[in-house]
Amino acid sequence: MSEAAFFIDYSRCIGCEACVNACAECDTHRGTSMIHLETIDRRDSVQTAPQICMHCEDPICAQVCPADAIKKTPDGVVQSSLKPRCIGCSNCVLSCPFGVPKYMSGIDQMMKCDMCYDRSSVGKKPMCATVCPSGALTYTSMEEIQRTRQGIPVNSWKFGAEEVKTKVYVMVPREVTRVEIGLVQIHSTPSALPNDPYDVALMLEGME
Amino acid sequence: MAKLPVETPELVRVFGPTLHRVPGGGWTRTTEDEKLVKTHCCFCGQQCGIQLRVQDNKVVGFEPWEDFPFNRGKLCPKGVKRYMQDEHPDRLKHPLQRVEGVGFEAISWDFAMQRVVGEIQRIQAAYGKDAFAVLTGASLTNEKAYLMGKFARVALQTANIDYNGRLCMVSAGAASKKIFGMDRSANPWSDIPKAKVILAAGANIAECAPITTDYIWQARENGAKLIILDPRMTPIARNADLFIPVRPGGDIGVFNGMLHILIERGWIDRKFIDEHTTGFDQLAESVKKYTPEYSSKIAGVPSEMIVKAAELWGPAPTSFLMHARGIEHHTKGVDNCMAAINLVIATGRIGREGCGYAMITGQGNGQGGREQGQKCDQLPGSRDISNPEHRKYIAGVWGVTEESIPQKGLSAIPLVEAIHAGKIKGLISICFNPMISLPDANFVREALEKLEFFTCIDFFLSETARYADIVLAGSLMEEDEGTTTNVEGRVIRHRKAVTPPAEAREDWKIICEIAGRLGYAEKFNYVSPKEMFEELRVASKGGVSDYYGMTWERLDETNGLFWPCPELGHPGTPRLYENGKFGHPDGKAHFIPVEWRPSDEMPDEEYPVILTTGRVVSQFLSGTQTRRIGALVDQASQPFCEIHPRLAEKYGISDGDFVKVESRRGNVVVHAKVVKTIRPDTVFVPYHWPLDRSANNCTNRAIDPVSNIPEFKICAVRLSKVDQPTDAIAMLEVQAGGVR
Repeated sequence: MSEAAFFIDYSRCIGCEACVNACAECDTHRGTSMIHLETIDRRDSVQTAPQICMHCEDPICAQVCPADAIKKTPDGVVQSSLKPRCIGCSNCVLSCPFGVPKYMSGIDQMMKCDMCYDRSSVGKKPMCATVCPSGALTYTSMEEIQRTRQGIPVNSWKFGAEEVKTKVYVMVPREVTRVEIGLVQIHSTPSALPNDPYDVALMLEGME
Repeated sequence: MAKLPVETPELVRVFGPTLHRVPGGGWTRTTEDEKLVKTHCCFCGQQCGIQLRVQDNKVVGFEPWEDFPFNRGKLCPKGVKRYMQDEHPDRLKHPLQRVEGVGFEAISWDFAMQRVVGEIQRIQAAYGKDAFAVLTGASLTNEKAYLMGKFARVALQTANIDYNGRLCMVSAGAASKKIFGMDRSANPWSDIPKAKVILAAGANIAECAPITTDYIWQARENGAKLIILDPRMTPIARNADLFIPVRPGGDIGVFNGMLHILIERGWIDRKFIDEHTTGFDQLAESVKKYTPEYSSKIAGVPSEMIVKAAELWGPAPTSFLMHARGIEHHTKGVDNCMAAINLVIATGRIGREGCGYAMITGQGNGQGGREQGQKCDQLPGSRDISNPEHRKYIAGVWGVTEESIPQKGLSAIPLVEAIHAGKIKGLISICFNPMISLPDANFVREALEKLEFFTCIDFFLSETARYADIVLAGSLMEEDEGTTTNVEGRVIRHRKAVTPPAEAREDWKIICEIAGRLGYAEKFNYVSPKEMFEELRVASKGGVSDYYGMTWERLDETNGLFWPCPELGHPGTPRLYENGKFGHPDGKAHFIPVEWRPSDEMPDEEYPVILTTGRVVSQFLSGTQTRRIGALVDQASQPFCEIHPRLAEKYGISDGDFVKVESRRGNVVVHAKVVKTIRPDTVFVPYHWPLDRSANNCTNRAIDPVSNIPEFKICAVRLSKVDQPTDAIAMLEVQAGGVR
């Protein structure tokens, strides 16, 4: 069995926030969660998505850090800012394409998901992926994920013209090789999308 | 007396609910001298394995228990944060006495016991034995559930004991008994991923049984189709192959309509029906009229959905049907469940790998809590209190005469009605918060206020305990040991992590002392819950839920055993009904035809909208525990009214507005949450909150004639946009019933 990797399957997420709560319970986090749950648009859907750090191979947060405070471990985990170096400028917060780093004003420092490095560096699973009751967050081997899932893992992203490779994988349909994220003007392109797929009233049309 | 001694805000100031955010002793790193106690979550029927981190008799955190087979380390947010109950500032640490105009003051155990025993004796002498009632709960361990049943029948000799499982599993249980001849989920959860079609009805699995989600998603990875019935698009429904947004109370339309098509298209198992069932011809006759068109009118969904459900369910090689409170909380709750179960039996897909049926238990010991004799009509081992043979056996175990065991008493709702009518004068309750969990909350409050004496065993001063004359400080789950029976019928061990704080006592010690002072010391001289389990084993022997072959040592070795387990060498029974052998004396499953009928209160011109109630993922039941945990309250800080934009528009309601949801019985004022994911004829309010934020101010006391479950899932309401309330209750913290 190869070494464990982190896989996110947004289609499995049920929005329970077990991940967010468990993150705060990791030995080094002392009650502060380093991850968050995105509620996509509650009016239209119950879709939610957990957002952990994706641990980019070439982390933009570290590139833009003027204080050189963000370091990557040899095994590819991007760490929180180093306390003696971080100047609290929030460049990293603004630059991350996934919206991960958080500036914490109380300690004037950027903190972020470190994949529970105290756990994952000694062979344990990160807290969030251990407790996740839906399997939306899973920490397992590549063989195991391929054996048990219909979708496939990818770790290649394109944001506009920017290509990003991440340590964390996301599960996508088999035909997809890269997650392409273009610019969408909010509320302007309804024709490109199915019309309100989760509107219960539309499902019942023709009843009355 | 049973009236509030002082105004609610003063009680809240002293006893909470207040929010606990930091573990006892502060945030500490895992150290080598700390103890990891393998036990289970105190909340829902999934009973997830969890390890509690213990330092200096304090629970300081948790560590996932990945080796426990049911949840393999997985937890929901409630499980993650449950340990925050320990070292909680609101924890009751002494017995309390009500003092008019003051509140509650700490008293000695001796004084508390004298009061309680004196009042029991006074009331029973003046009004008869049955005038003192017992209300219990399905979050109690098997040992405590057994003890409460014996306490009522032997020490109090009252017929009137019932439990809050009456609000939970009784419809499912009654339906299973009628058709299968047994009351238990038929399969271990490991059968779910092997099914090729799954039908989940009235089950918000993602929020109420989150751990089951992974089992369902795994089935889908293996190619299963998923059918969901719910008036709301729940997180599970979002990715279902077929989501049927059924009208509350319309489920029979879908089930009978499906069966109609299954028969018409030959998707039934004739051989299985002939060999292992009775009553199919009457059933087939009864669904003849349930054409897709007729069924569609009852279900309130397009007929194509019912046809598609039949097409997915009918030809599948394996299947799993599961349901929960959504179809059970009805005046036809038992019928709803039976109509669903008929689909399982007609296709013969039961009792083998990947073929099954389950009711998703709500409370921690939702299964075991309904087997050990704390129901009004039941003796241990799921025995029938009106069956002379059953009475005789239990009389033998207890060492009492058969005649001394009372007959069937009142179930929870009629019991509260009898209090209201002045027929029951005294009450002892444990593990039950009727001020929040029973329907028609104003009526419940009036009833409590009429009691001459009310004593309550609790670890926090719940909204109900505020009405008590004497509050007896009991124990949290992790402060005692015992067993529970999880959603699968697996009996598991809860292990003691810490001792109760200060003068608080283990619940069973409190009950045993009351029994002793009433003159029954020799029948209640247990030295440990283990000793109670040894007696429970014998009491259950030969019953339907037979635990005789289980010992705590065996449970420890096996990670739990499934009943029936009749002999010490018996491996337990994870899957019921193998080889078509059912629980009835004839060994067959009994089909029962079901005819749809309207709910007790249907919408009309005056109250035109349907209210349905339910839960959110971060809160549990009446919230006595979860409304005291900071992170869980942050996640869902106050109740809300889910309303479709089309309905909201009719009333000029926008997202976030305050809306008054009002029935003939009462109202609740909450924020509107305008969402397209609910039927436009229905609104939803979760019920975990108290006072003016209680959805149960509106709900209906009408009960199912067989199971006596109340009709929580449908009542008629009207809606109006209102200003933000600013009264004293509204100004309380949100966890206490305030609004922001």
